[in-house]
Amino acid sequence: MSEKHLPLWEVFIRSRSGLAHKHCGSVHAADAEMALQAARDVYTRRGEGNSIWVVPSGAITASDPADKDELFAPALSKIYRHPTFYEVPDEVGHM
Amino acid sequence: MYTQALNAISDEPADQSAEAARFQAQVDAEQKIEPNDWMPEAYRRTLVRQISQHAHSEIVGMLPEGNWITRAPSLKRKVALLAKVQDEAGHGLYLYAAAETLNVAREELIEQLLSGKAKYSSIFNYPTLSWADIGAIGWLVDGAAIMNQIPLCRCSYGPYARAMIRICKEESFHQRQGYGIMLTLARGTSGQKAMAQDALNRWWWPCLMMFGPPDSESQHSDQSTRWKIKRFSNDDLRQKFIDATVPQAHYLGLAIPDKEFTFDEASGHWKSGPIDWAEFKRVLSGGGPCNRERMRVRRKAHENGAWVREAALAYAEKRRARRDAIKIAAE
Amino acid sequence: MATTSISFSETPLLNLTLRRADDALILGHRLSEWCGHAPIVEEDIALANIALDLIGQSRALYDYAAQVDSSGLTEDHFAYRREQHQYRNCLLVEQPNGDFATTIVRQVLFSAFMDLYWREMMKSGDESLAAIAAKAEKETAYHLRHSAEWLIRLGDGTNESHARAQAALDELWICSGELFESDEVERSLIDAGLAPDCGSLQESWQNRIQPILREATLKIPSTPFMQSGGRCGRHSEHLGYILADLQYLQRAHPEAVW
Repeated sequence: MSEKHLPLWEVFIRSRSGLAHKHCGSVHAADAEMALQAARDVYTRRGEGNSIWVVPSGAITASDPADKDELFAPALSKIYRHPTFYEVPDEVGHM
Repeated sequence: MYTQALNAISDEPADQSAEAARFQAQVDAEQKIEPNDWMPEAYRRTLVRQISQHAHSEIVGMLPEGNWITRAPSLKRKVALLAKVQDEAGHGLYLYAAAETLNVAREELIEQLLSGKAKYSSIFNYPTLSWADIGAIGWLVDGAAIMNQIPLCRCSYGPYARAMIRICKEESFHQRQGYGIMLTLARGTSGQKAMAQDALNRWWWPCLMMFGPPDSESQHSDQSTRWKIKRFSNDDLRQKFIDATVPQAHYLGLAIPDKEFTFDEASGHWKSGPIDWAEFKRVLSGGGPCNRERMRVRRKAHENGAWVREAALAYAEKRRARRDAIKIAAE
Repeated sequence: MATTSISFSETPLLNLTLRRADDALILGHRLSEWCGHAPIVEEDIALANIALDLIGQSRALYDYAAQVDSSGLTEDHFAYRREQHQYRNCLLVEQPNGDFATTIVRQVLFSAFMDLYWREMMKSGDESLAAIAAKAEKETAYHLRHSAEWLIRLGDGTNESHARAQAALDELWICSGELFESDEVERSLIDAGLAPDCGSLQESWQNRIQPILREATLKIPSTPFMQSGGRCGRHSEHLGYILADLQYLQRAHPEAVW
């Protein structure tokens, strides 16, 4: 008899207030509460947790690497967004 | 380490496509390959086997050490050992998670382990016969594992590299804990000293075998090296391990159980006597002291757990159905 | 030497502290037996977490016992060098793990009690016990949450899981009454505001347990009697085997430091 699988959940942890949640791995669980507790037990044993998000893996939409040029290249050409594009005289001090 | 060059990479003709060239360029430039990137099928298959074998090793590795939790001789040692074994479960889990990014389910991998199709590190087929074995495992087995794991932190596949970084951070207390136990025993009663020497006598050779067959007999490591999945040769790592460990053994006042062991002035390396590769092959193919017992235990855990997993899924389904019914009723 | 066992003067405060310490150690020890055998890897980790919390609590309590006794004994002396009749744990915690349902039922019954107990102990006039209680209460709240969730999943899961959960409840219920026993040992401590009255926690415990069991679709067993004896060292046959494992190395090498 082939067993139905426990679904996969992706885990995001914020380790301290002020930081963003970071993806740190996945757990298997039957429901959200089980996933949350598993994530807490597996990924915050050394006090690395302040907030946990768990998301069913199937709910995540990822960009296609083939579209890398289309999605990301235009940003690269707009170098005027970068502070290094602008020169500020030394006498003015740090800006 | 727990990878032991146990797999042969199939002799597929080198992919000549532009994608393959781009892939190799990415690897050569030390840019990580991520789950959605194009990769040769052989690269994906090799990684699934290597990562899952590593994961299986962590899980099976819980058993020889878990064996002594109830008999740990002090509360401090008890919690330290329990935390270590728990870490190993966690490591297995990180690695299964990394393998799953390559389009394979954890359940499939577990099925491969339990059916005997997948391998795990030979070292865990040896029994833990005394408390000193717990010290020896932490000192030698984890010491050997760290040698292999640090280079893997730079392996080409992103999720595997990140799992290895996490594992290496956690592993640092494991080896120290083991060596600490050996130190306490070596400075203890004559009974404890004898216990420590006996453990070293039994674990030394199997630990040397952990690094896999000699380079002269290793197949297909070129491809693994080119793909930056394998970063150093078996013999190089084995030698590094020996050179690091011998002074540690001397500090303990323990003897390396090798009548032919010598220090080679010219190269500055410790030279080991001949390794019994027949034993290695025998243990790998199921003839070690604990192979059958380890698999029996893991199969039993999995089978006994089936009704629990089914219950969790059934309950989740019931809850979903009830929520949907409420939503419909509210409309 | 005639024996490797310790001797000490068991005052009411020491007795009380050992009751809590032994409960935590024996249950933590039982849970650690699951390592490598749990239904899923995530649960190996979860049960080990609970075990670590409990053994950690026992260490704080044994340490306090050693301070109170002040004859130079250590946490390990209390944990490893008493004889079976000197252990003060309740019968519930020494019961075998059985299947996963049995372990979960044992955890729910115990943690629901200890959560209430620690909250009351936080008000103790004894600063050390109050501090231990504050830390333990946070941990215990999680143990209860985790095990209650599982009991609901098992009770309201499949026919098999429901049957196993009900069987476990039927089996362990007769060990629950002992949790609320109050005796002369604790009387003076209760009157001095140093320790909670276990008996006074029974109603709250029932109010805590009933909704969980209801959601788990489980029936409270009707039982004509409750097992007792742990608090005065009259244990079940199980404790002997636990201690044989636990104490073996210390008894075999009495002079050794580990």
